[in-house]
Amino acid sequence: MEEHAPLTFPRRVHRRATLPFRFYTSLLLQEATGLRAATLPQLVRLLREVPEGCLYYHTRYFLLQHHLADEPMNDFAFWVTKALGERPLGERLAGIDAMQLTLPALRERIIGLIEDYLREQPTAQLRFASEGEEFFFLTAIHVILPTPLTAWTLDEFAEGLERVSLHSIYFHLFDARLKLGCSTNDFTLWLDTEMGEPGLAKRIAELEPYTSTLPALQASLAALVRQRLAEMTANEDDGTHA
Amino acid sequence: MGHTLNAYAPFVGHSAIDELRLLADRLHGWAIRCVNATRVGGGVAEILTRMVPLCHELGVDMRWDVLEGSEPFFRVTKTMHNALHGQQEALTPDARELFLRVSEENLARLQLEGDLFFIHDPQPIAFVQSRRKLGGKWIWRCHIDVSRPQQGAWDFMRPFILQYDAAIFSAPAFAQVLPVRQLLIAPSIDPVSEKNRELAPGEVAEVLRELQIPTDWPIITQVSRFDYLKDPIGVIDAFRLVRRSFKCRLILAGGPASDDPEGSEVLRRVQEEAKRTPEIHVLMLPPNSDRAINALQRASSVVIQKSLREGFGLTVAEALWKSRPVVASAVGGIPLQVKHGYSGLLVRSVEGAARAIAECLQQPEYAAKLGAQGREHVRQNFLLTRHLREYLLAFLTAGSPKDVLEFHDQPPHQPRACTTAL
Repeated sequence: MEEHAPLTFPRRVHRRATLPFRFYTSLLLQEATGLRAATLPQLVRLLREVPEGCLYYHTRYFLLQHHLADEPMNDFAFWVTKALGERPLGERLAGIDAMQLTLPALRERIIGLIEDYLREQPTAQLRFASEGEEFFFLTAIHVILPTPLTAWTLDEFAEGLERVSLHSIYFHLFDARLKLGCSTNDFTLWLDTEMGEPGLAKRIAELEPYTSTLPALQASLAALVRQRLAEMTANEDDGTHA
Repeated sequence: MGHTLNAYAPFVGHSAIDELRLLADRLHGWAIRCVNATRVGGGVAEILTRMVPLCHELGVDMRWDVLEGSEPFFRVTKTMHNALHGQQEALTPDARELFLRVSEENLARLQLEGDLFFIHDPQPIAFVQSRRKLGGKWIWRCHIDVSRPQQGAWDFMRPFILQYDAAIFSAPAFAQVLPVRQLLIAPSIDPVSEKNRELAPGEVAEVLRELQIPTDWPIITQVSRFDYLKDPIGVIDAFRLVRRSFKCRLILAGGPASDDPEGSEVLRRVQEEAKRTPEIHVLMLPPNSDRAINALQRASSVVIQKSLREGFGLTVAEALWKSRPVVASAVGGIPLQVKHGYSGLLVRSVEGAARAIAECLQQPEYAAKLGAQGREHVRQNFLLTRHLREYLLAFLTAGSPKDVLEFHDQPPHQPRACTTAL
């Protein structure tokens, strides 16, 4: 009986980048300042003097911190609500779009909201957190490392997105935009400039971080790229059969 | 037998293991020397027992030495331990002199060499006085709750702490205003260890039979050293309140620790207190009773940790990992593990503990939900791989004043986020 070699299909090779995407990861180590606030006036006073790294840490790492369900998206809102019981102020602080503000502007915004609230509700300054439940000002040390994952094509990019850690996703999606004051992220930039994929780049830029968890964001990213690959394949097939 | 790193992937994912390898690659060639005060007993020894072989698997040269001392020395360090936990204890001049002398004797005996010295807890803290001679980076790892230290004890410790490159605490509340870097690294449990691995129901039943614990009524368990700070008498008082409404049993299980001379005295007191209530089982377990502890925790309807002070309270994470409902004091690092009403119940008194235990016994579905959510909380935050990653980060960043450390291997495409300091 004649033996047949197993059927194999050549992998489709889509556009290849001139410069590949290198996946990095950014690992974080919490650092304590030793500063703590038990009341709103103390919080305001310390907010004026703590380094910007504290503001960054307390407002922008919610996605990495595995916060429990129903917690607000920044630590100030959480503390004001849970430790002081000042829910209206907590809601106002939770409404701050930290991703869209520079750190100096963020500092002023938080202080302004608390001071306005204290003027409206003078008794709020009498509230204090019990021992151990004070607001502890933290910051972080970041260690940025290249991973071995490099993508030259959309296929490889999708595989990379599926394999890297949540720290890597966070780094490319948020750190680039927030720390450099840019309006976009690493993924979007590369897809637009290297891969000629402005539509996909735009869809990734529009992903909404506040309504999702980081694992869900990672899945959405990979799904968007996979979807685009499927579209490209379908278009190529259409061209073949046309 | 130790497990390889890949054994952790089912719990934390392959990417977490890959990141450990990336970090470890940057530490090749470093000699890291750990020193603590006991080889067995307590969370510190337990973590190092697992951490050292994993570091070796990652290619990191980590060695672990143990300080030796006489009973008077460990009485001094226990006094110091209690004082740092806030108790009113006096460190006499003789005690301080003995502390420093034993430290020097151990330094001479151990002949330490290395690139980074990782010193655990107060007992060997004075080793740092030799840093000029030994060179290298120095990190002090404080496992105890120093949120309200007795001032005299803190004043004695502070000059040593200031000589380190960094101090590591387990919870934000423990940090002080200090001119050295204070890192926050929570301890962890090992999900594949004998103490935390899955056990078949038959194995659990076998252990209970061996320990002569009847399974007729719900079991409430506290696992901890026999130490006044763990409040075993308070646990008995809470149990007696619960027993008015529920038929149940209490297990107080602990083991010996070579650096704790108070243990036998506290055990005697607990046995005396328990002897008039046959439903209370006081178990002094021998070293290496991990399987028995695992089984006792799994057999429990409620696990309690009614500590008065607590460095972190790893028994809480152990119980949560086994999806047990936990009732625990809101002290030390426990609130990091138990989010009240979500991953357990926090209490502040004997009465509060009794009420919370009763709540769990009365509402088993609610108790099961607390346990399930507790396991996920531990999976995300308190497993050994996260702990190891943070230790490697601490080693890598020791002595650097920077907030951002970037490593490159001449990548063909460099993300913009790497090009500017944060």
